[in-house]
Amino acid sequence: MVEFLNDYLYPTLWIVAKIIAIVLPLMIAMAYLTYVERKVIGAIQMRRGPNVVGPFGLLQPLADGLKLFTKETIVPFGANRVVFIMAPCLTFILAMVAWAVIPFDEGMVLADINVGILYLFAISSLGVYGILMAGWASNSIYAFLGALRSAAQMVSYEVSMGFVIITVLLLAGSLNLTEIVLAQRKIWFVIPLLPMAVIFFISTLAETNRHPFDLPEAEAELVAGYNVEYSAMTFALFFLGEYMNMILMSGMTTVLFLGGWLPPFDVAPFNWIPGPVWLALKISAVLFVFLWVRASLPRYRYDQLMRLGWKVFLPVSLAAVVIVGGAVVAFDLRPGS
Amino acid sequence: MIVAALAFYLFAFVTVASAVMVISARNPVHSVLFLILAFFNSAGLFVLLGAEFLAMILVVVYVGAVAVLFMFVVMMLDINFVALRQGFLQYLPIGALIGLILLVELLVVVGGWSLAPGASLSVVAPRPLPDQVTNTHALGELIYTHYVYLFQAAGVVLLVAMIGAIVLTHRRRDNVRKQDIGAQLRRSTSSVELRKVETGKGL
Repeated sequence: MVEFLNDYLYPTLWIVAKIIAIVLPLMIAMAYLTYVERKVIGAIQMRRGPNVVGPFGLLQPLADGLKLFTKETIVPFGANRVVFIMAPCLTFILAMVAWAVIPFDEGMVLADINVGILYLFAISSLGVYGILMAGWASNSIYAFLGALRSAAQMVSYEVSMGFVIITVLLLAGSLNLTEIVLAQRKIWFVIPLLPMAVIFFISTLAETNRHPFDLPEAEAELVAGYNVEYSAMTFALFFLGEYMNMILMSGMTTVLFLGGWLPPFDVAPFNWIPGPVWLALKISAVLFVFLWVRASLPRYRYDQLMRLGWKVFLPVSLAAVVIVGGAVVAFDLRPGS
Repeated sequence: MIVAALAFYLFAFVTVASAVMVISARNPVHSVLFLILAFFNSAGLFVLLGAEFLAMILVVVYVGAVAVLFMFVVMMLDINFVALRQGFLQYLPIGALIGLILLVELLVVVGGWSLAPGASLSVVAPRPLPDQVTNTHALGELIYTHYVYLFQAAGVVLLVAMIGAIVLTHRRRDNVRKQDIGAQLRRSTSSVELRKVETGKGL
């Protein structure tokens, strides 16, 4: 019995505790991201944004959550019930699961697996299913069109994202996220790979269906796209899943290009601040760009979106793989050799 | 060890069960969803084997790309389910034959594993040793050094297939209106007026 406790129960409890320690701050961050988004866009458009509920409107996310919680979940008559309910759950779960491999500090990671970056890439490529399933199960033309657009868009941009990740891997020499961050001790990869970082960031905008690539939910054409038929908590799961994905993609950008938990300079006042704080600051900075882009750019047309993905990003990132690979061999930059 | 065994049986059971559901589900979209579940659980089996790289690639390639295309096609098709069921008995013999051939080939592969002289040796003492290098390094070393020509040949075959697909489906269409981004960007700005708007004032 004691053996059972020592071998299985306590490790399991420890893992559960770690999961809660990751998920709880994430949930709060996600709720307040919706608030910050409204405030930032308000400031850019010279409005006040939410300011009624609580001081500075700080309780607005709670009020919104409560409202969505008390509403009625409606499943349309012609919908495929099981898939209809499964879709938002899948979207939300996938956005959470990916955090298992993100390192918050050296050794501060839930699962330090060897193929961490591939895991992240795999999970982010699964995000399309939630949307496809929602669009199909809703049995509505608008939702279906939104889902099809989304699927085509996400698959297209994943290709160039994959190539950009390869250029980072060439410099880091490992697929482990901790190793990738540690490889940026001398210089953050955003400096040698600046064009790749830009391509990666734009691709994450397309992956998360954010402005200016939010064609799956283009209000003017598709009402609300894939989530037209969703209400109450099922809608909330989609909505929050999108914000969670934004945080995740910002986290990915930070780990790959902005040196993860590392301070910008390894000198006195900077390295007093603990790693997780740096990570949070960097993620917030990237998230701010997400919001900034949303407030300042008009939506792309669908053919422009596809052109950018296939005719611009794909050749450029493919060429970058060759160039970076050549440079690594020519100047003997191979890490750990 | 017990946990690993339980995980194995779970993954194996779900894989087989969802594979059965792929061919027996009434709705083709459900079939594709079960196919995805089967892929997923196979990836889980790979992880249990210690083949983490293969597991992730399986998810990225098959679930993330191939199955999305399946789903795309199946969703777009307007399938009459009743008509689909009608020819079932007619096609049963040929389907059973193909299944049998596949089964025999699988058995031959498994048999070859124990019959071939080198194969059993590489099971006992795999080269690069699994506890010394990671999966990714080992695969890279094998593919890009020992089997580089075969790997390149496989790439060429895929390239030919891709070009073939493009040639077969591409047709030149007249009166297509295209946007020439370069021409638009070269346009002089005389038709547009740029104004510096003061913050808080508006035009």
